[in-house]
Amino acid sequence: MSENMNLTLKVWRQKNADTKGSFATYKADHVSPDMSFLEMLDVVNEDLIKKGDDPIHFDHDCREGICGACSLHINGRPHGPKHAITTCQLHMRSFKNNETIVIEPWRAEAFPVIRDLAVDRQAFDRIQAAGGFVSVNTGGVPDANNIPIPKVIADEAFNSATCIGCGACVAACKNASAMLFVSAKVSQLALLPQGQPERYRRAQAMVAQMDAEGFGSCTNTGACEAECPKEISITNIARMNRDYFTAKLFKEEEV
Amino acid sequence: MKLDAKIPEGPLAQKWSKHKFNLKLVNPANKRKYTVIVVGTGLAGASAAASLAELGYNVKAFCFQDSPRRAHSIAAQGGINAAKNYQNDGDSVHRLFYDTIKGGDYRAREGNVYRLAEVSVNIIDQCVAQGVPFAREYGGLLDNRSFGGSQVSRTFYARGQTGQQLLLGAYSALNRQINLGKVKMYTRHEMMDVVTIDGEAKGIVTRDLISGAIESHAAHAVLLCTGGYGNVFYLSTNAMGCNVTAAWKAHKRGAYFANPCFTQIHPTCIPVTGDHQSKLTLMSESLRNDGRVWAPKTVELAQKLRKGELKVTDLKEEDRDYFLERKYPAFGNLVPRDVASRNAKEMVDEGRGVGASGIAVYLDFAEAIGRLGEDTVRAKYGNLFDMYQQITDENPYKQPMRIYPAVHYTMGGLWVDYNLQTTVKGLYCLGEANFSDHGANRLGASALMQGLADGYFVIPYTLGDYLANIGPKAVDTSHPAFEQTKQSVLERINKLLALKGDRTVNDYHRELGHIMWEYCGMARTEEGLTKAKGLIRELRADFWKNARVSGTNEEFNQNLENAGRVADFLELGELMVDDALDRKESCGGHFRLESQTDEGEALRDDDNYAYAAAWEYKGDNQPEELHKEELVFENVKLSQRSYK
Repeated sequence: MSENMNLTLKVWRQKNADTKGSFATYKADHVSPDMSFLEMLDVVNEDLIKKGDDPIHFDHDCREGICGACSLHINGRPHGPKHAITTCQLHMRSFKNNETIVIEPWRAEAFPVIRDLAVDRQAFDRIQAAGGFVSVNTGGVPDANNIPIPKVIADEAFNSATCIGCGACVAACKNASAMLFVSAKVSQLALLPQGQPERYRRAQAMVAQMDAEGFGSCTNTGACEAECPKEISITNIARMNRDYFTAKLFKEEEV
Repeated sequence: MKLDAKIPEGPLAQKWSKHKFNLKLVNPANKRKYTVIVVGTGLAGASAAASLAELGYNVKAFCFQDSPRRAHSIAAQGGINAAKNYQNDGDSVHRLFYDTIKGGDYRAREGNVYRLAEVSVNIIDQCVAQGVPFAREYGGLLDNRSFGGSQVSRTFYARGQTGQQLLLGAYSALNRQINLGKVKMYTRHEMMDVVTIDGEAKGIVTRDLISGAIESHAAHAVLLCTGGYGNVFYLSTNAMGCNVTAAWKAHKRGAYFANPCFTQIHPTCIPVTGDHQSKLTLMSESLRNDGRVWAPKTVELAQKLRKGELKVTDLKEEDRDYFLERKYPAFGNLVPRDVASRNAKEMVDEGRGVGASGIAVYLDFAEAIGRLGEDTVRAKYGNLFDMYQQITDENPYKQPMRIYPAVHYTMGGLWVDYNLQTTVKGLYCLGEANFSDHGANRLGASALMQGLADGYFVIPYTLGDYLANIGPKAVDTSHPAFEQTKQSVLERINKLLALKGDRTVNDYHRELGHIMWEYCGMARTEEGLTKAKGLIRELRADFWKNARVSGTNEEFNQNLENAGRVADFLELGELMVDDALDRKESCGGHFRLESQTDEGEALRDDDNYAYAAAWEYKGDNQPEELHKEELVFENVKLSQRSYK
């Protein structure tokens, strides 16, 4: 087991959405490599509270990489230096003694800062509410095995459905585009037979809401895919574009 | 007050359908005149909010997270049980009912559990219709796997992320209603208290976690779907934000709290590494389908392994004790959670634990990898193996996982009748937050089943009966009870903010957790519990003197949020200890060392303890009053649970 580390943190501090923010520097000493990144911040916060300072605010909840609450731009990368994990799954063994770590919130116009490292991601919920569902009421549905779905299709839909809605794709994109997030839901339901009746309406409604929220355009640089902690593929974006254009060309009157 | 569970008369299999017919209905045109508040948006809350809105009620839904999709149901890994019998292996509604009653060590209600098994089949249909991508066979039909406490394959799953997929299904149904304007969603809002008028729930008081605004919301009924209280132990598999506050405030307003000491310690979690640790990570029970649990045969071998003098992969087959397979040949590694946990603890207590701390046993996949190949094992459990490697820096394909039990779920919760109504009229409780279906031990893959059963298929029927009776007369926040409740909420917040001592809230929480784990964890004694009661009282008194809470109310203040939750845990902890003291028998997850069989299994005392313990709040620092709901068993024979 390696030795404890001494680190310097440069953390974005911002009182609220209306105040200008800036970086503040903190020391984090005796950091165990077995700690998670957020546990390291917990310890820094304990010290800040004891000193009478305001602790650093950041969103987090499940701490096992599935709820999507944690965010953090760490040394310029969403969810830090390691591939395919969230910030809460990042451990301090990924850093070196005496390293300086820069920690920022997600940067996107559609994700305004609430405080420090916590941002408002309700735009994502509103996009989902615009069409990310199959319109079935509770009860009165057919037996589950009446809808056979080829395993490859089910698996592909599952891959799209694993999006945790964290917003790393937006944070990674130079245009702050939400295409990967939106296309993951559009694809999941477009792949499955249950999603067919509303397929084209859904693609249009979700894209319209995405645009209304102020997310940028996609220019296919693939940064979203590279930084997605759940490895959602940009194939989803291609699928969504296809459905969107099909809808615009042929199906609009049916929607 | 006499407890009336309102279990319908008649044969078990007909209770629910008969009851549904007897329940009053609200005319479709009148439904829009009613408002229902739903607190919490996990499986129970999201499914209830969506289903009630579909029926036509106006719903106000609240969650403390930044999005309803982040409720901790999202983290459930393994699966959801349903008595579909798709595998043709002898499953039935009655068998699921029986397994659940037995698994709960005969401390749950027959009527409730049977209904749960009955509606389980509808849940799968509903989720598939929503587009939940369950695992499938090559023929296109749904796949199943096995879980603990059952000898059939009835668990539906979506890789190791079943909770996520089910919650996103319920979230999509909720979103549809938000879009239609039938649900008004309040995120980053915490429920601070229930408002009662003449003994009936008429609304809630919330805190906007961003602005700090204290707000009143009125409704014809309030549904608490706020999850379990496992975080009273500080370290648990719960999310950091999981808390008892909503349920506890309701308790203080008259809702009885039932079986608080019934907590589930999950056998397969990643062991603790140090004091900095903030939470524990579960390794799904599904791993016990293929993983074999073992400890070294002797203390000497364990010591060598701990010191690194011996590599685990070099340990000879005959030096390994597959203790679950040895002791329980019929169920083997798939014994229920409480049994598996206690046996792991026994190994560690004997000095046969492994890992640097000696507080772990092995979960080994070598045999499965040999039999199925690494690729098949990866396809089945890949994400869990990755998660394990990320946390421990060890490769579970090459060496066994180290695991140890950790707090995972709470079977206790607010007492509810068959209609899911608490002892406060108009106040309902669904999902893990209530006590009703799992008795003294929950079987794996049953939590998702219960959350969705309550939300999709029970409350839409039972709530209508209450609403039809009270009538659609408008309720609003002008009643003085709202202002009074707001004032008491503000007083408490100010009291917390006035704390400027030298100890952090987290520090108190950690100490409370130590006390609970040590004395009210996997093994409990009269002496230890009595001691714990004193320790908790002292700690609570100290908290209100020497804790330090930073900032103000009128801002986003995570330290204040946490302080309020920990203050409630400090009160709940004592009630859990009282409940554990009262129950001088062992059952399920509640293991009193004084009450065990010759073989060290939990020994129930059905003559004296076949009841649900429902506690009534009597005022701050006053002993709570115990009310007993006698459990009646007409369809199963109470027997010593055996998995041998």
